[in-house]
Amino acid sequence: MKLKFFPLTELCSGLFLTLKYMFLKKKVTLAYPYEKGALSPRFRGEHALRRYPNGEERCIACKLCEAVCPAQAITIEAEEREDGSRRATRYDIDMIKCIYCGLCEESCPVDAIVEGPNFEFATDTREELYYNKDKLLANGDRWEVAIAARLEQDARYR
Amino acid sequence: MVNVEDLLFLIGYTLLIIIPLLLAVAYLTYVERKVIAAMQRRVGPNVVGWFGLLQPFADGLKLLHKETIIPTQANPFLFIVAPLLTFGLSLSAWAVIPFGPGMVISNINVGILYLFAISSLGVYGIIMAGWASNSKYSFLGALRSAAQMVSYEVSIGLVIVTILLSAGSLNLSEIVEAQQNIWFIIPHLPMAVIFSISALAETNRAPFDLPEAEAELVSGYNVEYSSMTFALFFLGEYANMILMSAIGSILFLGGWLPPLQIPPFTWVPGIVWFSLKMSFLLFVFLWVRATFPRYRYDQLMRLGWKVFLPFSLLWVILTAGVIVIL
Repeated sequence: MKLKFFPLTELCSGLFLTLKYMFLKKKVTLAYPYEKGALSPRFRGEHALRRYPNGEERCIACKLCEAVCPAQAITIEAEEREDGSRRATRYDIDMIKCIYCGLCEESCPVDAIVEGPNFEFATDTREELYYNKDKLLANGDRWEVAIAARLEQDARYR
Repeated sequence: MVNVEDLLFLIGYTLLIIIPLLLAVAYLTYVERKVIAAMQRRVGPNVVGWFGLLQPFADGLKLLHKETIIPTQANPFLFIVAPLLTFGLSLSAWAVIPFGPGMVISNINVGILYLFAISSLGVYGIIMAGWASNSKYSFLGALRSAAQMVSYEVSIGLVIVTILLSAGSLNLSEIVEAQQNIWFIIPHLPMAVIFSISALAETNRAPFDLPEAEAELVSGYNVEYSSMTFALFFLGEYANMILMSAIGSILFLGGWLPPLQIPPFTWVPGIVWFSLKMSFLLFVFLWVRATFPRYRYDQLMRLGWKVFLPFSLLWVILTAGVIVIL
């Protein structure tokens, strides 16, 4: 032990390790707003309500998501339309309560509520994070291409 | 009576040292961030200016336009004087540093003693800051800092004694000239190691940065400081690092002398060699900071008093013996 202490071998090998890292290792920094890390198809980001290709809402207000939500962040009210179909009149998600567990997406029988790839939805006020049906449908329209691609990639495993 | 012309020349020379020194301090902070980033596989500052080269000025401007806060419980006079003292002392040491043959403001005979005295006085700035802030964190930081600097000054003193025994002079230029044939790092390698480690402790740098252990003491003796007063401490600390590198290269790496006294090396002016050696030592400061974890306080004291002090004493006796026999 004394033999090792005097030539400071351990300290020197530590120094050479950092020197090696300085010159030989590739940098891992991402210039965030310009570059972004890769996202898995299962990434659970901002919620969206999807539509069928003909423009009809998918959601049938079965309230399975409301029931399964462990944070009780979802509130749904339903009605029967003139054509006899059951639709949601209200579909609110409290994005502050939400824990992004993805159970709503899993429970949905019609793939209506999904968690999309977007994670950049920070706001200045809490009120902006109380999403209503219009906001969720707008998200669905905005992210549909990405969401559909991701669902297809992950379909094998569902 | 002081001749006006001489006085102007003196002021000119002083500015010739202080301005590059302050620039060097500014860019030392930049290089520090870049080097540590590279060792941690990051890129470091790269947004302000090309490759982030204007970052030090952005930081400086930020500090300048902030408010200087003097705590109500503080002693305002000492509180203001402490950073001034630290900064002033770290600048005044440069008066005796020879940058090349004859390139020195005051070539006094006891240059190394002067440097030693100035660096000992540096403790006062820190003690005053810690006491005048009237805060427990600053006080504890100042106590640690003072104890640490005093302990390691002892071994630095003995290192200096071995060098002046070998050089036969206290004048820094003569110490450099004495290394014409062989740099002192070769016969005195263990002393060079002790000096570099003590220099880290003396400047309160990692792994001996206990005084500012941010986990326990927030930031040590300068917790209460803000704006320009903080900037002065910061500048003083980094100027001290550069000073320690300068002393290290004068004592062990042959100052402005080229590595070999043969033509391709001798064509390069001495100040370039001196700056290269200083830059290397400064790089070691940063390199060590990126590599080692912080020492515990008792380990620090044990190293200073129980390892370095006896060993350097032994080496002094050994050197003296060898010189007497030869």
